[in-house]
Amino acid sequence: MIYDTIIIGNGPAGLSAAIFAARSNLKTIVIGEKLGGQASDAHLIENYPGFPSISGFELMQKFEEHAKTQGVEIIYTRAQKFEKDKKKQTFKIMTGDNEYETRTIILALGTTTRKLNIPGEVEYLGKGVSYCATCDGAFFRDKTIAIVGGGDAALSATLYLAGIAKKIYLIHRRQGFRGEPIKLKNIKDAKNVELVLDTVPTGISGEITVTGLKTRNVTDNQEKQIKLDGVFIEVGSTPTTVLAQELGIKLDEKGYIKVDPAQNTNTPGIFAAGDITTNSNYFRQVITAASEGSVAADSAFKFIREKS
Amino acid sequence: MALIKVNSDNFENEVTNSEKPVIIDFWAEWCGPCKILGPTFEKLSGEYESKMTFGKLNVDENQDVSAKHSVQGIPSMIVFSKGVEVGRIVGALPESLLKEKIDEILSAL
Repeated sequence: MIYDTIIIGNGPAGLSAAIFAARSNLKTIVIGEKLGGQASDAHLIENYPGFPSISGFELMQKFEEHAKTQGVEIIYTRAQKFEKDKKKQTFKIMTGDNEYETRTIILALGTTTRKLNIPGEVEYLGKGVSYCATCDGAFFRDKTIAIVGGGDAALSATLYLAGIAKKIYLIHRRQGFRGEPIKLKNIKDAKNVELVLDTVPTGISGEITVTGLKTRNVTDNQEKQIKLDGVFIEVGSTPTTVLAQELGIKLDEKGYIKVDPAQNTNTPGIFAAGDITTNSNYFRQVITAASEGSVAADSAFKFIREKS
Repeated sequence: MALIKVNSDNFENEVTNSEKPVIIDFWAEWCGPCKILGPTFEKLSGEYESKMTFGKLNVDENQDVSAKHSVQGIPSMIVFSKGVEVGRIVGALPESLLKEKIDEILSAL
């Protein structure tokens, strides 16, 4: 069996691509690890048209349901290896248990949560260290926590956790925040949030669970030890491009896949869509990912039509 | 597929006194990644039936058990052998990776 297109990634870009590919009668499967990708972790999404306010996970469930109603099969696993069959002009995708052959590939792998890479971070995962405020916030009711980061995700997490925790330290390596100004205003109004600026975390300590965070001020190098119960890490994400590199696909200097307006990569037959690409000006929204997914599917359709 | 429902009352009977190792999925209704993990965990409960018992514990309804085992992030899967924690897996992993981790923990027993 040779598929027309295999979509790698089951977030907004991948699932939208699946819907459009199936409606173009392409024999399509989606291989993905985590339904919804990063969007699933969003507490609330309030900027996707048609849904004034919906949890990220619920919106992604709707995307998946929609793809399934179009007859798309979704396989929950990790694509581990690619091979190009030059003679047949097809690609092979290997997962742990299976091998799939396809005429085109749409890479919609999104981004991966960035780690701090400081001592204690791995050791205390699930024991006070978290990358998902909405998942783990409830364990820190009336406790003292730190949120590390200065982007929009860090500000969202802070606002969400301000209603749960007793005291929050928002730790940011610079003075200025990149997140939505209205969120920053609300944070400054919250009585239980203390901004710790020009500061980076250097180590997480604890016994069975987290009990402290060591920080260093980047302007005067002064070190401090904060007593707390949890550390939420929201320092952004990096494109998931291991597979793309294996395929020899061109990336930009930040590691995002270079695509043209039709979502073509530099390799014929391989398209890319969503947060992993350079196309939405690093805006990284559900709506931009969905839009790129639809274009990628259309390009895959045209690519196959021209060849046959 | 036999998933047992574990709570504060039956923990000793189902986990501590179990002959086979037991893996417990600590989860909650409001946790998106827990819902992602759910079907995979259930599927593996069938595959591993002879080697291991699979159970689920709702952290909202059993805060005492979650606190006792220092669960502060979900989903967390803890593997118990004779009631002692022998391994912990945090996060909604895809099936292949989850199997790898479970096999690793089982082979060390």
